[in-house]
Amino acid sequence: MARGKLNVLAQLVGQQESVILSEWLDQLRNATSAQAGRIQQAELQTQCRNFLDLLRQALTAGEADVTGAAYAPVLDLLGSVSRSRALQGFTPAETATFVFSLKEPLFEAANRALGKDAVAYAQTIREITTLIDELGMHTVNVYQKSREEIIVRQQREISELSTPVVKLWDGILALPVIGTLDSERTQVVMENLLQTIVDHGAEIAIIDITGVPTVDTLTAQHLLKTIAAARLMGADCIISGIRPQIAQTMVHLGVELNVISKATLADAFAVALRRLNRAVFAIKTPAAHGNGSHAAG
Amino acid sequence: MERIPILKLGDALLVTIQVDMHDRLVTNLQEDLTEKIVAHNARGVLIDISALEIVDSFIGRMLDNIAAVSRILDARTVVVGMRPAVAITLVELGLTLAGVQTALNVERGMELIRRDSEQLLIADDAPAV
Repeated sequence: MARGKLNVLAQLVGQQESVILSEWLDQLRNATSAQAGRIQQAELQTQCRNFLDLLRQALTAGEADVTGAAYAPVLDLLGSVSRSRALQGFTPAETATFVFSLKEPLFEAANRALGKDAVAYAQTIREITTLIDELGMHTVNVYQKSREEIIVRQQREISELSTPVVKLWDGILALPVIGTLDSERTQVVMENLLQTIVDHGAEIAIIDITGVPTVDTLTAQHLLKTIAAARLMGADCIISGIRPQIAQTMVHLGVELNVISKATLADAFAVALRRLNRAVFAIKTPAAHGNGSHAAG
Repeated sequence: MERIPILKLGDALLVTIQVDMHDRLVTNLQEDLTEKIVAHNARGVLIDISALEIVDSFIGRMLDNIAAVSRILDARTVVVGMRPAVAITLVELGLTLAGVQTALNVERGMELIRRDSEQLLIADDAPAV
């Protein structure tokens, strides 16, 4: 029974495809006049024509369920349209309009074909509404999903960007940590640090936590893990940049790091240089001999 | 019977682990190693695990055991060439190999052992000077 009803719709679309297409394009043009220019008319036209074509094929297959196999190409096309709209910065409403504006032309088409048969007309209207609603829902879903993908990718990029490992000297690395150290960040930081230790053959890594807003027991544990992993690779760690308030909090919490810690990165660097039997001297120039020699001490 | 070769390098013994370890192999290695430490009067044992891609708690315990045995025989154990992924795995397993020294590669490990034995010599000589 359902098969027969849907075939009415299939015939409708099949017979009046070009009229529906032009009316649909008019609708879209009116609806999207505000953001004209963001999408090419020719491109829009191709998208609409392909969509109608696929929809007709799906309807002719006579499957009642939108999630069925016959509708897969239709949903794919909708998905790709929705995804590209999301990337171009369209709003959800603007994206959904693509499908929903097809409703009116379909109603018109049904009216032209079945206007005299009230029962069949009402029946067809109901089918059109159900179909378009489900397709619209799918569009919004895909839109949402692609936006979420963008957010996830950006999060990953931020976490990679904010954990650089810099080389201070031959064999000395610095790892300035900015932001909260959660388990996921720790993983990235650890992998970065260990790989850089291997690449540079570093012996000492200075972890600077000036940019870490709070240090609780969990953060301390993450720090300790990183230090333990670096030690297994044969590199020693020095922690620097613990702010006074954080030092107090850590003592209150009973957090013990059991590693060398220095107040500033400069102090830690000095320790690291001494470990490697290196030192920094002021250069005595002939000009500085007369008045500036005391600075060279 | 398969065995892991133990090479003598100056004061130290070098063990390169390149195959998957199982119980029998580990027992053999420990026996051979203790004998060689005594026979060559070795000051250090270098265990190169740069070829190991998978390390489990079993290997972790093995390294700890070897370190403990060597310590009793007055030789220090240095694990060298651990891969980043392996280090992360061991830390996640809670194995920090506290009794073992580590170095990035065999060269650094040798340096570590040499420096230690030099310090020992200086300490031995000190009263005489």
